[in-house]
Amino acid sequence: MNGVHDMGGMHGMGPVVYDRNEPVFHDWWESRVYAITRVLRGPRYNLDHARHQLELLPPAEYLRMSYYERWLTRLVDRLLASGAVTREELASGRPAPGSPKGTPAVTAADAPHVVRRRDSARRDRDVAPRFAVGQRVRARNMHPTGHTRLPRYARGKQGVVTKAHGIFLFPDTNAHFQGEKPQHVYSVRFAARELWGEQASPRDFVHVDMWDDYLEPA
Amino acid sequence: MAHDDHHHHHDHEHQAVPSDLNLRVKALESLLVEKGIVDRAALDTIVDLYETKIGPRNGARVVARAWADPVYKQRLLTDATAAIAELGYQGGQGEDMVVLENTPTVHNLVVCTLCSCYPWPILGLPPVWYKSAPYRSRAVIDPRGVLREFGLELPDDVEVRVWDSTAELRYLVLPERPAGTEHMTEEELAALVTRDSMVGVAKIAAPAPTGARS
Repeated sequence: MNGVHDMGGMHGMGPVVYDRNEPVFHDWWESRVYAITRVLRGPRYNLDHARHQLELLPPAEYLRMSYYERWLTRLVDRLLASGAVTREELASGRPAPGSPKGTPAVTAADAPHVVRRRDSARRDRDVAPRFAVGQRVRARNMHPTGHTRLPRYARGKQGVVTKAHGIFLFPDTNAHFQGEKPQHVYSVRFAARELWGEQASPRDFVHVDMWDDYLEPA
Repeated sequence: MAHDDHHHHHDHEHQAVPSDLNLRVKALESLLVEKGIVDRAALDTIVDLYETKIGPRNGARVVARAWADPVYKQRLLTDATAAIAELGYQGGQGEDMVVLENTPTVHNLVVCTLCSCYPWPILGLPPVWYKSAPYRSRAVIDPRGVLREFGLELPDDVEVRVWDSTAELRYLVLPERPAGTEHMTEEELAALVTRDSMVGVAKIAAPAPTGARS
């Protein structure tokens, strides 16, 4: 979707604000929102879907909220959508009378394994690549209303495939539970002048990771 | 680190009242614990891991090993995931790693314009600036201007490569080894390596000459 999250190349966001002594978490609640998000389990959830949930925040809210405020909003939405908690329970802070007590999916003993677990989006499938290293390609001019990882600034632009990363699940379908559609991912090198015009340095390049479905021969 | 006073130290990204959020999240956590959905001790463990174990010191050890051992460096540049796992680092958001080597003629810079992708197992959780709209919007269109704000002025003849983390590859910059470090141990080298240099927004300064501090 052409959301405010897709901000590569936008102007007006101001200077980069740097905190020299930044803690990992700025406050207690941030650390808990992060950890709760890491341990929740349940159906109809994957990383691409989770990213899309953030993209669906109203643009003004997205820009106003801090990073972990977005995570908190997503967490509460997820708990409500899955039926894990009800609005009444959230309001009262207490389990509804007679509601069943579950068993946590992740215990303290499991937690280090959860953090170290490799949950790769790479897929071991026999899918033919549509492009080869060295080939000139064009990012397709497409504007899907759902989740996509093809940034707007690259659409319609020409680049060169510089590396084949292998086969990965496809976020545009996976985010919507429409299947993994495994396909090849490449690093595509775009000249900054192709993306941004004469104002850009002729010595600058932007490398964007692209799935087969994002590309066409140039 | 070479971060100058022209960085503003106030923070636009934290406008909600933290104490309200602490209360709200405390109530949410208690509810989830009472319902048997989460185990409070598991949350404590995860927070502790990211606060004390999983951070840029891990990446610094990878960089130092690559500087000290050319054979390791070659493995790191060809199969980063496996080479990083040799040092014991793996996990979520580090499943498929790529290492980018800075040289006198090529400078690499990592961003995620669409969200906040970052190699957690070796750099920890990303700092606010990396996740912020200014960095995400400008790194691809004005990388040299962004680097200037970090105090790094690159000569015109250096090629800048910006890597937008749009897929599940996670990028680590292998910074240039500074001069004057030829006799340092791997541990001493690791102490020089900064988080910012591994994202590509800084170089690593040469250590002060021996005796300069006496």
